[in-house]
Amino acid sequence: MNLTLKIWRQKSANDKGKMVDYKVAGISEHMSFLEMMDVLNEQLINSGEEPVSFDHDCREGICGSCSMFINGEAHGPVKGTTTCQLHMRSFNDGDTIYIEPFRAKAFPVIKDLVVNRSSFDRIQHSGGFISVNTSGNTQDANATPIPKHDADLAMDAAACIGCGACVATCKNSSAMLFVGAKVSQYALLPQGQVEAKERAQNMVAQMDAEGFGNCTNTGACEVECPKGISLSNIARMNREFLSGAIK
Amino acid sequence: MASKKQGLSSIGRKAIMALTGFFLMFFLLQHLSINMISIVDGDLFNEVSHFMGTNPLVQFVLQPVLIFSVIFHFAWGMYLEYQNNQAREVKYAMYKGSANASWMSRNMIVSGLAVLAFLALHFYDFWIPEINVKYVQGDMSGMLPGADEFRYYEELVHKFAGQPIRVALYVISFVMLSLHLLHGFQSAFQSVGYNSTKYTPLIKKLGNIFAIAVPAGFVLVALVHFFNH
Amino acid sequence: MSTIDGKVPAGPIKDKWTTYKDKVNLVNPANKRNIDIIVVGTGLAGGSAAATLAEQGYNVKAFCYQDSPRRAHSIAAQGGINAAKNYQGDGDSTYRLFYDTVKGGDYRSREANVHRLAEVSTNIIDQCVAQGVPFARDYGGLLDNRSFGGVLVSRTFYAKGQTGQQLLLGAYSAMNRQIARGKIQMFNRHEMLDLVIVDGKARGIIARNLVTGEIERHSAHAVVLGTGGYGNVFFLSTNAMGSNTTAAWKTHKRGAYFANPCYTQIHPTCIPRSGDYQSKLTLMSESLRNDGRIWVPGRKEDVEAIRSGKLKPTEIAEENRDYYLERRYPAFGNLVPRDVASRAAKERCDAGFGVNATGEAVYLDFAAAIVRYGKEQALLKGENNATDARIKELGKEIVKAKYGNLFDMYKQITADNPYQTPMMIYPAVHYTMGGLWVDYNLMTSVQGCYAIGEANFSDHGANRLGASALMQGLADGYFVLPYTIGDYLSNDIRTGKISTDTPEFAEAEENVKQRLESLVGNNGTKSVDYYHKKLGNIMWNKCGMSRNEQGLKEAIAEIAELRDDFYKNVSVPGGAYELNQELEKAGRVADFLELGELFAKDALDRNESCGGHFREESVEVGGPQDGEALRDDENYAYVSAWEYKGKPSDAVLHKEELTFNDIKLTQRSYK
Repeated sequence: MNLTLKIWRQKSANDKGKMVDYKVAGISEHMSFLEMMDVLNEQLINSGEEPVSFDHDCREGICGSCSMFINGEAHGPVKGTTTCQLHMRSFNDGDTIYIEPFRAKAFPVIKDLVVNRSSFDRIQHSGGFISVNTSGNTQDANATPIPKHDADLAMDAAACIGCGACVATCKNSSAMLFVGAKVSQYALLPQGQVEAKERAQNMVAQMDAEGFGNCTNTGACEVECPKGISLSNIARMNREFLSGAIK
Repeated sequence: MASKKQGLSSIGRKAIMALTGFFLMFFLLQHLSINMISIVDGDLFNEVSHFMGTNPLVQFVLQPVLIFSVIFHFAWGMYLEYQNNQAREVKYAMYKGSANASWMSRNMIVSGLAVLAFLALHFYDFWIPEINVKYVQGDMSGMLPGADEFRYYEELVHKFAGQPIRVALYVISFVMLSLHLLHGFQSAFQSVGYNSTKYTPLIKKLGNIFAIAVPAGFVLVALVHFFNH
Repeated sequence: MSTIDGKVPAGPIKDKWTTYKDKVNLVNPANKRNIDIIVVGTGLAGGSAAATLAEQGYNVKAFCYQDSPRRAHSIAAQGGINAAKNYQGDGDSTYRLFYDTVKGGDYRSREANVHRLAEVSTNIIDQCVAQGVPFARDYGGLLDNRSFGGVLVSRTFYAKGQTGQQLLLGAYSAMNRQIARGKIQMFNRHEMLDLVIVDGKARGIIARNLVTGEIERHSAHAVVLGTGGYGNVFFLSTNAMGSNTTAAWKTHKRGAYFANPCYTQIHPTCIPRSGDYQSKLTLMSESLRNDGRIWVPGRKEDVEAIRSGKLKPTEIAEENRDYYLERRYPAFGNLVPRDVASRAAKERCDAGFGVNATGEAVYLDFAAAIVRYGKEQALLKGENNATDARIKELGKEIVKAKYGNLFDMYKQITADNPYQTPMMIYPAVHYTMGGLWVDYNLMTSVQGCYAIGEANFSDHGANRLGASALMQGLADGYFVLPYTIGDYLSNDIRTGKISTDTPEFAEAEENVKQRLESLVGNNGTKSVDYYHKKLGNIMWNKCGMSRNEQGLKEAIAEIAELRDDFYKNVSVPGGAYELNQELEKAGRVADFLELGELFAKDALDRNESCGGHFREESVEVGGPQDGEALRDDENYAYVSAWEYKGKPSDAVLHKEELTFNDIKLTQRSYK
């Protein structure tokens, strides 16, 4: 198939940047979206132009590196899918495709489609852990039984890959789903409950300081999340936070 | 982990939006109840209105809370919108909001501002004259001038009878209120941290009923008085 | 050629590690504050090491090329992690895990290291649970286990199909705690481009800031490499696009021996290539082989009809199917180890029975399992007269519960529905058992430079068992290195801060800059990927699942030639001192072009078949094992450790003889 691509090009963080049109031909429907981008880049290199920079690594939907805003949606039109797992069979011959970086004040563009998501890391530094040493001299793993239901919910929350689609897609650029998932995972496990309220306070404070917007419960994050993280994690964080705040 | 608290957090701000929202929804419900009386029994409507208009608890406790809630809910809603807008400096060239969220949830500011505009009209119609009569002119009797009859019902009917434009504005405004509530009702529960697989679907249903029935009731009152008189 | 010493402590194998820990030199807490350690790579090994060393009090500088340590490729491991907990009471023990691992590795790993690994395996599970890793649990709230990769016990712990992700996020959370305390200084989007050696000791690295392109000097008292494997030398592999050998290879060029480069694991259940544009391959957990039956058509005409789309696999009659694993290995059937299953698939495809357009795919069929489970369910539900359709429906539910996420992934990539038509699979490069040579302390042949996790060679021999990679990464990082490194650093408490303002740092930095500038200034005509794909082709065809003398010799010559061409004609757009992803790739491919040659040289030297290394010259002839791999313990029971001497072809072989005191060497038979 033949496609017209409208891609955000920005030389560096300080450059203004603009949308640029490209044409690619002979795209197979079996290609992944990033393989289509590889074809474009090969074409650019061969014609002496600079290829489009974009983040990607595992290309199997788990590392969370890829981060494109495709045709107005984070990771493109297919739900429950990262950009690297999106295939060209979701598009038609002759389509025009908009490709933009994940946008938020807290995700500044570094170059082209590459953005800086270290704000997520800093939120995790502020409390995304259980304060236990790695000595291995903890109690036996089976000493504290954990109800299967709670363990499963914790796993569902922990499935977050930290890609930032929730922020990119939220009209407010809110990071509540990301933070809510982490707060939830630990709050659901007895090992993490001890410092659950304090963790919520600290992580939310850092989230606010990074310049993410406020949650207005539109639910867009849940829909666009490639791992289907549930909104109930945000409610759980609200609960942990508010009950901690009035203590 | 050391605690670092600075000012009101985003979650705190949202919780206050939700709490004022709850109060306003409660207010809507009681306002509607009294309005509904007007289409059934004009005299009873007059009596209840007079009670509400002169009872010190309503006037000096609930009314200020209401005014605070209204002002807070609007002002902070707009401030949050401003802040949220700031959180994305460069906008998308293509943004398909409809793909993942309802129009209502994405346009609370639009429906909210429409309701605010309506409130201005409503204040001009009822509240300002009311305050004028009671506290500027000092007439706490609630009587029509020169007659032995309460004025409330008369005033209400007067506003709608033969006033198609005003009625149309009312209808449009209540549609906007309905859209606001369709998202706001269940959103408030989520903001204060309530979400359960068991009851959240029920809350959503209740919310939809509330968001449609309450504005529809107000519209009904306006239409009844428009067509009956 | 010389022999080298692995510095394995004396004494019975059971007591080696305990005795070692009791006697090892320690660094007192006050002195740890004055010692810096560089950790390169933040996967399971690097991440856990960085967190633990920082917790102990050392000043850690951690580096990763990704934008966050959480994205290291350990995250992609699906199946699980082994530990000799014996929670199931099925006879597991430290010794049994040790034995299974040595046997699975076809007796080419270092016994003492493997035993230590088995010993600390149980601590890993305790540690991870304390950190909040949400392992799967049963309804009683206790940890669940599954069996894996043809062993006789259930010792694999798992977190859905995302065990690697959850373990990595555990290590990442431990790092975060230390980053918050200022004990780890984290350098994201940084790539190590050289090792700096001062007075014979590793004292720092040269790193490139991938955002600005700036070349930076970083010093430390010791350098730890947790930089993963080199599977991407094949271009197509299940590794991440960025996975590379540069850090390890530069360290090799600075004097560290590279061990067993030819040991590569080729995983049998990957989604096949669909065309030349393919950039990577996706693995599906080998647990699928528990219920899936592998086959190809038995008749050539059916193969032709399938390839041209005239026939659907479901239309081929049972008697015209060749369930080749069940035919060749009646005892283990579809559950033979990875290397055996992979070679058998290649054998059928080479014989012309491959089923997709590329001729490189075999079927993995769940139809029989669906019917089997369906009948069972119908009985359980009392539906004695269930129709075939009803039985299939019931069976699909069970299969969905067991493998739903894998089936979804398959469907997402191929657009085929595996509940209705058989999956297509083909082997792909997955893991490299070879790596930097390390002694018992995990120190490379460069003083003060350590290698952990997949980056070293030590624990898996010639073939790795399923669910053992995660175990080794965390064992090295959490529980082994933090002890062994103290022994070395105890001599460094008076050294003081290492200056970066020395001729050694200047020389290394200059080296790196020259190389980068020559790459961007090359003005060639061909892209980096062009060369990477060519290299991959040579490797896959001549150093892949089956190798022979002639092919390996050709590979050596072709790779050397390709390398020359690369330096003449590669085109790298953009500048050296800015974000330049093509330049990053170019540097990595340049190193693969050297490593590939050493790989082939090593494979040529090892004229025996062991584990993932299959030499066509070394097979059983006659008897029940006819045609199977033939190991040669008399001549090849050693670790090949290659020393760099200017270019790959001049590399000098050193041998570490492998002695097995606690395990009797036997042939692996799956017939």
